Amino acid sequence: MNQAVQAAPAAKRKPKETGVPENTKYLHPTLAKNYGNWRYHDRPRPGVLHHVAHSGDEVWSVRAGTQRQMDVYTIRKLCDIADNFAEGRVRFTIRSNIEFIVSDEKKVAPLIAELEKNGFPVGGTGNSVTMIAHTQGWLHCDIPGTDASGVVKALMDELYDEFRREEMPNRVHLSTSCCEINCGGQADLAIIVQHTKPPVINHDLVANVCERPTVVARCPVAAIRPAMVNGKPSLEIDEAKCMCCGACYPPCPPMQINDPEFSKLAIWVGGKNSNARGKPTFMKMVAAGLPNNPPRWPEVGAVVKNILTVYKEDARPWERLADWIDRIGWPRFFEKTGLPFTKYLIDDWRGSRYNLNASAHIRF
Amino acid sequence: MAKKMHDTPNLDQLESGPWPSFVTGLKHLAQDKDYVVDLLGQLEESYKTKKGYWKGGTVGVFGYGGGVIPRFTELKNADGSAKFPDAAEFHTLRIMPPPGMHYDTATLRKFCDIWENHGSGLIAFHGQSGDIMFQGATTENVQKSFDEFNEMGFDLGGAGPAVRTSMSCVGAARCEQSCYNEAQAHRAVLNTFLDDIHRPSLPYKFKFKFSGCPNDCMNSVQRADMAVIGTWRDNIRTDEGLAKTWFAKHGMDELVNDVVARCPTKAFQVKELSKIKAGEHTSTVAVNDTHGIEISNQDCVRCMHCINVMTGALAPGKDKGATVLVGGKSHLKIGGLMGTVVLPFIKLETEEEVEQLVDFAQRTIDFFAENALEHERTGEMIERIGLANFLDAMEVDVDPAMINSPRMNPYVRTDGWDAEVAKINARKQAA
Repeated sequence: MNQAVQAAPAAKRKPKETGVPENTKYLHPTLAKNYGNWRYHDRPRPGVLHHVAHSGDEVWSVRAGTQRQMDVYTIRKLCDIADNFAEGRVRFTIRSNIEFIVSDEKKVAPLIAELEKNGFPVGGTGNSVTMIAHTQGWLHCDIPGTDASGVVKALMDELYDEFRREEMPNRVHLSTSCCEINCGGQADLAIIVQHTKPPVINHDLVANVCERPTVVARCPVAAIRPAMVNGKPSLEIDEAKCMCCGACYPPCPPMQINDPEFSKLAIWVGGKNSNARGKPTFMKMVAAGLPNNPPRWPEVGAVVKNILTVYKEDARPWERLADWIDRIGWPRFFEKTGLPFTKYLIDDWRGSRYNLNASAHIRF
Repeated sequence: MAKKMHDTPNLDQLESGPWPSFVTGLKHLAQDKDYVVDLLGQLEESYKTKKGYWKGGTVGVFGYGGGVIPRFTELKNADGSAKFPDAAEFHTLRIMPPPGMHYDTATLRKFCDIWENHGSGLIAFHGQSGDIMFQGATTENVQKSFDEFNEMGFDLGGAGPAVRTSMSCVGAARCEQSCYNEAQAHRAVLNTFLDDIHRPSLPYKFKFKFSGCPNDCMNSVQRADMAVIGTWRDNIRTDEGLAKTWFAKHGMDELVNDVVARCPTKAFQVKELSKIKAGEHTSTVAVNDTHGIEISNQDCVRCMHCINVMTGALAPGKDKGATVLVGGKSHLKIGGLMGTVVLPFIKLETEEEVEQLVDFAQRTIDFFAENALEHERTGEMIERIGLANFLDAMEVDVDPAMINSPRMNPYVRTDGWDAEVAKINARKQAA
């Protein structure tokens, strides 16, 4: 931290503070023409959206999965496909899928064939399992407990068919996060690092690297206090209070929270940002203690696939994971998935009483 | 030809399987770049030891204080030299995309040429805040690549305690559910705060997100300090032709079980045509010769479900605008918070109306800058001071649309009650 390095500009060019660019010139001409004037859409097959404008104009959008962290050769390949098999205009979805927009239905089939020939799966629309929203992990983050792109690659290999089909009860959004900050975000099903031991403090470095009051203030449970250790100003942790969230680690890297063995993975379900049917929901932890096991994280993959398989079989049409659990109840969720319900899943954070069953509503 | 590859037995296992492999992509880049050879070496070490080896620092471009994510390797030999020296500096440039993330291939190819020339050749479309992430440049090359991106008309995004890069959905460009011009609002708001994006000096990050309808495809409610979510005030529109086409394909079972039963406020009914009652706040449409739909729009909460199922047959009304929610964020520090309603409805059709949103955003940021504690998000600040105090500062009138229910405890001083009632009555009379 705080390693000052000058970018050493050869000539001090002043930036053009242009901000967010206009998108008009990047829009497919049919989108630009019918801007704000669309009538309806349908999905002729998985991976294809067909939009019809009030003017009668139509566009087909073919959606394909990518690895998100793309090399320039892959991007150029996608551009070649866009130029030769589509109409030179693409967009990306929030889940790093690419969409090729064409105004001629005849182009759809050859475009799909070309994408799949080049290894880009076509799908991710409607009630599929779409690409996983994810973070940086070991590739680029300064505080990661695990990798991101690798976890996603391993999982999407497993969920490949579900990406290319629309056979789930409703859409399934997944995310992964490499620490408890949860940059991957809320999702129907999320995989998040869950540390299980307090940070290990390098007392030789704290005084030089960390702004101690900032670190003390950062702790959600006030478990950190300033202390002199071996004659040096440092910090100490009340380990009985510490719940191992890792919030102290970013402002103070000498408080190492990541551990190859004790940084585990947890699975969360039932997040939903859409207002459709019920109000938006936060996801809930349903499994923890899974090993951080690169390069393919098989234990995590097994739990994820199990939950999705049970959901697929048991949920009714249009039920998101949260809607399904609302109907069947948590006892049957744990029964059907075979996941152990442990005391650690009972909320004791602020507002937790709202998460307890204050009624005689029990399903038998 | 680059130098010899390091052994990467772990990463090699991520090349098999049907999903596109980022490892294969990195290896392709490594054929010509020592930089990526060593990046793979460091990443393999992380896979082996289950530890991360990057640390932050201070790298930027001339004139800005943020937007670059500096990374220096921490994998060192005993003498302090980098174990993978060619990848010892691996900084990311965050570049703001056009709203809706639309591109032409010429632009993408130019990005590739610049990044192949000055950087690692690895680009992520997109980061979780919406940036195009140009991943991996040396300190020296950060400025060079930024200058070229900037000349193309692209600008750096936010990092640190700043207004962050924003996202808006495909919206009006292609979606029939769009309730306002998302791209226009996105640009109008973000480009007001360029100083707060490029020169981080807020208490903590501040994120805007723009979703065109309550499906909230940008996930704004859970992660934006200010979420602008499209909605409408008048009746759901109907299209009898498309309603009949939908019903012919899906039938009564699906209409009842998938639509009627899933309406959260029971505003949606199926009736015999003779029993359907038209009314000022009622949407009606026949689905066949005997039955039709009757929607009580005053009971409808604009959840989108019926419109999602029967798209085109049903559509958002014409009196469109947005609901603005404030305070969404993820776990740290006090637990996840959803944004909560602060402006139940605003129009966003004219430039003046968009300007009012910009003005509200400006006042929110000003208040946040003045009143939030260090590293406190807007939602945490509101939790600390109470929504009523925030509304007071924003000069926004209280509205029961902002709450799930009135308070369930008596712990409040109400000696200002009569004065508040008088104010409300005065407002009513003035209106």
